[in-house]
Amino acid sequence: MKPVYILNDNIITSLGFTTAENASSLDSGIIGIRTINDQEFYPGQIQLSLVDTVQLDLKFSAVLKVYQKNIPADSFTRLEKLFILSIHDVIKDHIVIAKNARTLLVISTTKGNINLLENRFKAIFSHKRLYLWELGRIIRQFFGFVNTPVIISNACISGVVAVMTATRFLQSGAFDHAVVTGGDIASEFVISGFQSFQALSTKPCKPFDLNRTGLSLGEGCGTMLLSTISGTAEVSPVRIAGAATTNDANHISGPSRTGEELSHAIKTVMKQAMVEPGQISYISAHGTATSFNDEMESKAVELSGLAHVPLNSFKGYWGHTLGAAGLVESVAAVFSLRNNTLYRSAGFEIPGVSAPVNVITTNHPASLTSCIKTASGFGGCNAAIIYQKD
Amino acid sequence: MNRIITAYSVLHDNKVIVNGRLLFYQENITKFADFVKAVFKQEQFSYPKFYKMDSISKLGFLAAELVLKEKTIAGYSPLEVGMVMSNSSSSLDTDITHNETINNRSAFFPSPSVFVYTLPNIIIGEVCIRHRIKGENAFLISETFDGNLLCDYVDELFNNERVAACLCGWVEVLGDRNTAMVVLVENSEQSQVSERSGLKPMLFNAENLNFIMKRN
Repeated sequence: MKPVYILNDNIITSLGFTTAENASSLDSGIIGIRTINDQEFYPGQIQLSLVDTVQLDLKFSAVLKVYQKNIPADSFTRLEKLFILSIHDVIKDHIVIAKNARTLLVISTTKGNINLLENRFKAIFSHKRLYLWELGRIIRQFFGFVNTPVIISNACISGVVAVMTATRFLQSGAFDHAVVTGGDIASEFVISGFQSFQALSTKPCKPFDLNRTGLSLGEGCGTMLLSTISGTAEVSPVRIAGAATTNDANHISGPSRTGEELSHAIKTVMKQAMVEPGQISYISAHGTATSFNDEMESKAVELSGLAHVPLNSFKGYWGHTLGAAGLVESVAAVFSLRNNTLYRSAGFEIPGVSAPVNVITTNHPASLTSCIKTASGFGGCNAAIIYQKD
Repeated sequence: MNRIITAYSVLHDNKVIVNGRLLFYQENITKFADFVKAVFKQEQFSYPKFYKMDSISKLGFLAAELVLKEKTIAGYSPLEVGMVMSNSSSSLDTDITHNETINNRSAFFPSPSVFVYTLPNIIIGEVCIRHRIKGENAFLISETFDGNLLCDYVDELFNNERVAACLCGWVEVLGDRNTAMVVLVENSEQSQVSERSGLKPMLFNAENLNFIMKRN
C-alpha cells in the first residue's frame, strides 16, 4: 500500500495562526482559555478559547487580495474565514495542488455555520449557509478545487475520521494529494448545550487531573496537506501508518465503562503500522477533562499496553475545538514528533484516573519515532490514528 | 471479491419498501411523527427508547431495523460490522429545536435530551446500541444522495479488512420531509440472500444504490 505523507500543516487557535505560532506558545507554556463575560455572546460567565477576531479579519483581508477576490470580507462567516486562512497557509507554496484533478478536499466539522441560526445573523447570511455542503462549496470555489469535497460530521472524532478518509483514498490510488481540514467555532448553540449537560468547567480544564470538573470549549481550524509523494529533505518525513474507528454500542452521550472499544481501535492501528506497544513514543489523547472521558481513555490506554507511554491532552491549552480537534491536535502531535519535543499536559497536577497513565508534566526533549492520536465522541464513537517517522 | 446488497429498506412519503416489496403505505398521513409511529406499531417493534429519539434517529432506526429483520448479522462479531450513513441537512431539524430553547433570553432552557441529538452520527450510535455493532462508523454529508461516495467509502472499509458486513445509506429529515434508505452489504461468499423475500442478488455498487434510492 502506498505510504501517505504529511507535506505541510497549519493550526489556528487562540494561540496563533500557524503551527509555528501555536508551538511557540506551547514552548512558553501559554494557555489560551480565558474568562468571557459577553452578554451578547452568552448569558453568563464562561471559559473559552477564542481566535483573535481583529487578527483574523486583518489576515483574511490580506488573503482576499492574494487571490484577487473582489468580494467584501464580511460576506464570509467567521468559520469560512478560519477554513480559508488555514487552507491558504498550507497550500500557498503548493498552489497548483488545489486545481489538480488528482487532489481531494476533505472537510471536518461538527456544527459548521451554526451561529447563523442566531437572530443577529439571520438578516446577513442566507439560510442555505447552514448546510455543510454549502460551506464545502464556498471553500471549494474559493481555491478552485476540482473535486466536490468529502464532508465528515461525526461528532468529536470528525477530524481524525477526515484524516483517515483522505489516507484511505490516497492509499487506494484514487487521488495523489489531499487537503484535509477541520474547523468549528465557539457558539451560543454549542455552549448552551454543553452547559445543559453540566459538562463545562468553571476554570480552564484539567485533563486527567484529580480535580477536573469538565471541559473548556474552544474554536479553531487545523489543516494538513497529504500526499503519496514524500516531502522535501528539510523536514523529517512523517507518514500516516494506520487509522481506525470503533463504536461503544453502549450510550449515546456517555463513553464505554471499560474502554475496550477505544482500545480495539488503538490495537488495530498498531497492527496496521506493524509496531508493538514498546515502539510507541507518545500518545496525544482526546483528554476532554470530563470525569467519564478521561477515565475511559485511561482504561483504554492501559488495556492497549501503553500505560508507560508519555501522554498529553492539548485541550488544557486551547480547549475542545470539536470538529477541529482531530486535525488541530494531530498537527500539534506531528510537530512534537518532528521536533522531538514532548509538551506538558496543561492543567494536570495530581493523577486523577483509575488506570495508570504517564501524563507529561514538563516540556522536554525526547527521541520520538511514532505517535498515536485518539478521539472519542457522542454517539459512542472512538478513533485512533498513528503517525510515524520514516 | 464481489460485495452484495443482501437486504435493503426505503422509507419515503408514507411508504415503506423492503427488498422491493411494499411493506407499508398510508396516503392520508401528513405528519412525520404519525408516519414513523404507524410503521413502528405495524411491525410490532418493542423498543421503548424509540420514543425518546429525535426524528432523524427514529427514521434511521426503523430503516435499519427493517433491514436486519430481513437478514441477520448475528453471525458476525460486533467489531466486524460497520455503519456508514449520509444526508444533506446534517441534524438541522433538531438544531432548530435546540435553538428555540435558547433564542429568547427570558426563556433560556436548553435541554441535554435535545442537544445530544444535534449531531447526525447519533443515529449510528442508536443503531449500534440496538444491534451491538462496534465496528467502523462514519457520517458523510452531501447536497444530494451520492452513491459513488458511499460506495467508495464502504469499499475501502472492506478492502482494508475493517468490516466483514456494513450497513450504509441515507437518512434525511427536515420538518415533515423525510427519506431513509439503508442497505446491508456483505461479501458474496458469506452472504445468503434473504429467502423470505427472494431478493435477487444485487452487486454493491453506486448504480444499484442509485437504483434503490430512485425506484422506490
